[in-house]
Amino acid sequence: MTRFDVVFAGGGMVGLSLAVALARSGLTVAVVDRETPEAVLDLAYDGRASAIALGSKRILEQAGVWKHMDGEVSPIWDIRVVDGHPLRGVSPLFLHYDHTDLGDEPFGWIIENRVTRQALQKAAAETDGLTQFAPASVMRLDRDPDMATAHLDDGRTIAATLAIAADGKFSTRREEAGIKISGWDYDQTSIVATVRHERDHQGVAVELFLPGGPFAMLPMTGNRSNIVWSETRDAARRFMALDDAQFLSELKQRFGDWLGEVDLAGPRFSYPLSLQQAERYTDTRFALVGDAAHAMHPIAGQGLNMGLRDVAALAEAIVDAHRLGLDIGSASVLRQYEKWRRFDNVLLAAVTDGLLRLFNNDIPPVRMARDIGLAAVNKLPPLKKFLMRHAMGTVGTLPRMTRGEAL
Amino acid sequence: MSAATAAQTKFEGSTIDPREIEKFAAIADQWWDAEGEFKPLHMLNPVRIGFIRDRLCAHFGRDPLSTKPLSGLSICDIGCGGGLICEPLCRLGADVTGVDATGQSIDVARTHADRMGLSIRYRHAAAEDLVEAGERFDAVINMEVVEHVADLDLFLKDAAGLLKPGGAMALSTFNRTPKSFLMGVVGAEYILRWLPRGTHDWKRFVKPSELAASLRRAGLSLTEVCGMVYNPVEDSFHLAPKDLDVNYLAFAIRG
Repeated sequence: MTRFDVVFAGGGMVGLSLAVALARSGLTVAVVDRETPEAVLDLAYDGRASAIALGSKRILEQAGVWKHMDGEVSPIWDIRVVDGHPLRGVSPLFLHYDHTDLGDEPFGWIIENRVTRQALQKAAAETDGLTQFAPASVMRLDRDPDMATAHLDDGRTIAATLAIAADGKFSTRREEAGIKISGWDYDQTSIVATVRHERDHQGVAVELFLPGGPFAMLPMTGNRSNIVWSETRDAARRFMALDDAQFLSELKQRFGDWLGEVDLAGPRFSYPLSLQQAERYTDTRFALVGDAAHAMHPIAGQGLNMGLRDVAALAEAIVDAHRLGLDIGSASVLRQYEKWRRFDNVLLAAVTDGLLRLFNNDIPPVRMARDIGLAAVNKLPPLKKFLMRHAMGTVGTLPRMTRGEAL
Repeated sequence: MSAATAAQTKFEGSTIDPREIEKFAAIADQWWDAEGEFKPLHMLNPVRIGFIRDRLCAHFGRDPLSTKPLSGLSICDIGCGGGLICEPLCRLGADVTGVDATGQSIDVARTHADRMGLSIRYRHAAAEDLVEAGERFDAVINMEVVEHVADLDLFLKDAAGLLKPGGAMALSTFNRTPKSFLMGVVGAEYILRWLPRGTHDWKRFVKPSELAASLRRAGLSLTEVCGMVYNPVEDSFHLAPKDLDVNYLAFAIRG
């Protein structure tokens, strides 16, 4: 039986990014995923787009993934946060983040998950030391003080020094390890769709806080925008049941006509929202990354960014240990990762949850308070800069990859 | 006959102090518990290995960031204990021999290397046994050993005898200063309880000047000394080239 340095349960965007980063640094890596690479690239598999922050872009660059996304990324030059109501119109007070407040880099890039997955597959294919086992599932993971052994559904077994669960929000490996999660479901569902519009969005992202929930318009390539439209579960179910013409008419009421004529440019998807945190991210020869460790409401577009920050932190802890010949699955390596990531993840989830509760409230005094609050943040450059830098992923003690340095 | 008594009998009249061996036999099983008795060694390890790797790479003209940068080098780790230094050096490609006077530590080291799938030669012996057997190495490692030996000159002469011409030696020990008494003995053993009380005898700690002189008498020249400093905020050690007050590393070559 070949022994790998690391075995991954799950090869999604976060798992594969970490796998590629590690393999490029000379480790042997096995990635087990239930979907074949071809199935994952189908548009119907994941119609979402992600806002990739500056820190995340640097991580993808260092992992050799970014270069495969050429021409398919759409920069965000401005962010406008607006408090509005579809019938009463938009509040005159709003928060405006202009990228020139911080420098000449964009805030981030809107990238279709399909594009990211494709680039990851290309990077994986050109990386020595990375072996994909797909389609296959890890049925059981045995871990002892010396090694981890993954038993696959096709009868194969993979031995490794460290096992990493990147198997998503409903991680079965996390459950198997007895790691509890805390969190709650929101009575909210996000509807995700891509629209085509007449005029150029000029790289402006708009987040509209509506009584039903936030409505985000994210600039994509080729006069398209990605819509993340959150509503209560019941309302979302009703909107999803509408035919295309009726759905488009509801969507236009919220989107407005500032970009001219609007039309649907692909299928729509819905995702129930919840916020959860694993009580710990590590166990004997085991680490959680991405949604398996922390899943959150997409309000701030931070889910994938938080996952990529896990990638940068864990990759650095593992690669540093590996270069010293230390045991990469040891408690001290895992402790470094946990210490680095957990505080950041919990903090951001709490801030996001607070924002959501503030903006999902249609009581007049709360509306007024947040109108003033938004305007106040706008008038306070240091606070705004901090929030902007945090959104860009450049706050705190950063791993080398996040700083744009080689692993 | 217990392992400790066996060791005592075997090493009668050598540079090894039998009482020191007995102390370690009692805690041999604890070697690989990163949170246990040897926590400070586990914490020191990344810094020590980094120093050894980088200095050996510089001396033998290797790239420290390449895969298996030490491949082809034969290294002897004297006072290897449970194998905390041997295993990383083996993963970095070196051909490693671990030597310890405590049989139980050698058993722990052998079992652990086997479970990790690493091929390391472990010997329950003293440096002088290997010298007599005519064994020679590219590098010799003496980590936290010289403060436990009965006769420093004799010990270093044996250790140097294991080196091929042009070979290198890496050492680490405690300096004999008021600060090392407070931090290394009172702090580590009594306050933080990192180490069992009585692990260290401060009077045996070695000043850098004494180490340099003793190395010179053994035919080696000291090329570098570098401190290791504990940062309580980060709860970790790092290299501090100018602070030799407590722990320090040294590198010497055989001309």
